Amino acid sequence: MKLKTSITSIALGVVLVALGVCAFVESPSATPAPAPSPALLLNGTGATFPYIIYSKWFTEYNRIHPDIQINYNSLGSGAGIRQLQAGTVDFGASDAPMTDEQLHQAKVPALHFPTVMGAVVPTYNLEGVNQELNFTGEALADIFMGKITKWNDPALAGINKGIKLPDTDIVVVHRSDGSGTSFVWTDYLSKVSKEWETKVGRNASVNWPVGLGGKGSEGVTGLVKQTPGALGYVELTYAIQNQLLYGRVKNSAGVFQKADLPAVTAAAASEAKKIPADFRVSITDPSGKTAYPICTFTYMLIPAKIDDPAKKKAIKDFLHWMLTDGQNDAEGLSYARLPKDVVARELKAIAQIN
Amino acid sequence: MASVLAAADRARLSWRARKFIKQLRHGDEVAHLITLLAAASIIVVTVMIVYQLYVNSALPRHKFGFEFFTGRTWDPVSGDFGALPFIYGTVVSSALALLVAVPLGVGAAIFLSELAPTQISNYLTFIIELLAAVPSVIYGLLGIFVLVPVLRKVVEPFLKSTLGFLPLFKGPIYGVGMLAGGLVLAIMIVPFIISVSREVLMAVPVEQREAALSLGATKWESTWQVVVPFARVGIMASVFLALARALGETMAVTMVIGNNPTINPSLFAPAYSIAAVIANEFTEATGDLHLQALIELGLVLFLLTILLNGLARLVIIATTQKGVQTQ
Repeated sequence: MKLKTSITSIALGVVLVALGVCAFVESPSATPAPAPSPALLLNGTGATFPYIIYSKWFTEYNRIHPDIQINYNSLGSGAGIRQLQAGTVDFGASDAPMTDEQLHQAKVPALHFPTVMGAVVPTYNLEGVNQELNFTGEALADIFMGKITKWNDPALAGINKGIKLPDTDIVVVHRSDGSGTSFVWTDYLSKVSKEWETKVGRNASVNWPVGLGGKGSEGVTGLVKQTPGALGYVELTYAIQNQLLYGRVKNSAGVFQKADLPAVTAAAASEAKKIPADFRVSITDPSGKTAYPICTFTYMLIPAKIDDPAKKKAIKDFLHWMLTDGQNDAEGLSYARLPKDVVARELKAIAQIN
Repeated sequence: MASVLAAADRARLSWRARKFIKQLRHGDEVAHLITLLAAASIIVVTVMIVYQLYVNSALPRHKFGFEFFTGRTWDPVSGDFGALPFIYGTVVSSALALLVAVPLGVGAAIFLSELAPTQISNYLTFIIELLAAVPSVIYGLLGIFVLVPVLRKVVEPFLKSTLGFLPLFKGPIYGVGMLAGGLVLAIMIVPFIISVSREVLMAVPVEQREAALSLGATKWESTWQVVVPFARVGIMASVFLALARALGETMAVTMVIGNNPTINPSLFAPAYSIAAVIANEFTEATGDLHLQALIELGLVLFLLTILLNGLARLVIIATTQKGVQTQ
């Protein structure tokens, strides 16, 4: 009996293996069967900040051009740059432009295309204060360095006349995850404070002199909402969508400017002449009177040379669409659109892809 | 198939080959091979992980050497990386979690296996095992919106006013910090301890209990002096499982620990753990040195886990009674 069952099981095993081998051998002939015209697939990786508008653009573009499908992985700007350098994606995306060194490391030269703009705003939680507070860049730098520690410090009281600021400790809240938001924030503080630039510097993650770290915009907001006396920073998009109270910041023309979408576009417009041919520029602390000072472009990173002609055409067509029709989607999703002259220059730059 | 074997028999195989086929028929050789492969594959994966971590952290290993373990600065801008604050945060938050979770978990397991009526025990165990399946981000959110406000408004001011003379309970109160991190971890690892400990306690033979009771021991004496020591090895295993989870936990910890790489004896102060900083900074790390320093932190966490597991084993062996040897 026992012998019989084990023989049966061996036989069964052999049959199963044989079936498996057959399936394996047959499988290649089975795969190239589906959809008559397979969609062209473009893969991208990069920043999380523009994820919402990118996914809207890619879905919409796929609806207009069913033969083109664009996949976007929002793994972060670092991953976007790294994968573009390695050539494992068709395009990358980043909040901060690539450095010269990073460009040098890429297999194929990379082109920068600004897509939309974002801003970073100071948000706070102060008992008895429901008004929009005024901030200056210098005061923000001193607060984030731990030099100003009280809300009623003269540096804050002097620019907020008529608001009774309490004698509460300022609890600084920053992003703990590496983020384009932190890059813009520290880039701005570096421009307005020499001390910040030398002691801390600008990066997606820095060695914060003081404060608590919250993970993501939601982490920062959670900490700010819960901690009396807290001061943090979040993306404008996030602040608008979650109806957070955020402050005005004094721009270099001396105006305390509230961040809204036109004020962000104005920042890029006022800097338009300074934007270099490769669009790699920081537009924080701009000169315009109506400009909000803590703004940034977010970029798509496109290889300058694309071998596959179908892919090349698809990417060029998409960029063209994104810079024209696509821009109209920006405001509805709380992103600031690009100023007209930047769009015009980018449309010309598309020709550099070959 | 049968004809093939018959043909083989007819060919008069040597004694050795016949023995092999006999064993093959009984499945010994096959089972041995398959289980050996299973065990080997785990070891291969582990070795490959260590190898990859080691190879991909060459830059900071050469630049900082041993100082990586003792450095207190973590500055991605200037490229200065030291792991000590993260090691400190990981060790202290995990230790805090074990300190709370082990007595709680083992106590609950003893109640569920020895004292509670079977029906109730089964229901409660089911609920506890559900806890183990809750995603860690949920624990983090509960931590930040429920636990942290309670800590900030009630628990930490109370500790400060009563035990404030200890360095453990000094300094400003934020709510988030080492204490919050340790407590959230404790809540997360308790189900593991309860679930595994209960199983091993229930596996203790009834004869052990009956023997103790027949010698005049009370119910509690039999439980504490006979059943628990008998299940010691299994309870230890549950603690290791819990410790491993605590050391590697990322999301829940980063949401409540404050994410500030400082070494401060106060439990109120913000801290940072290795797993949390890797998860936080890896995606946006653009410089090679920064990225490789994060990978080296992964290697450090690996070493730390081995070290702490060994240490926990020693502590448990030293502090618990020796019971009947389990086979």
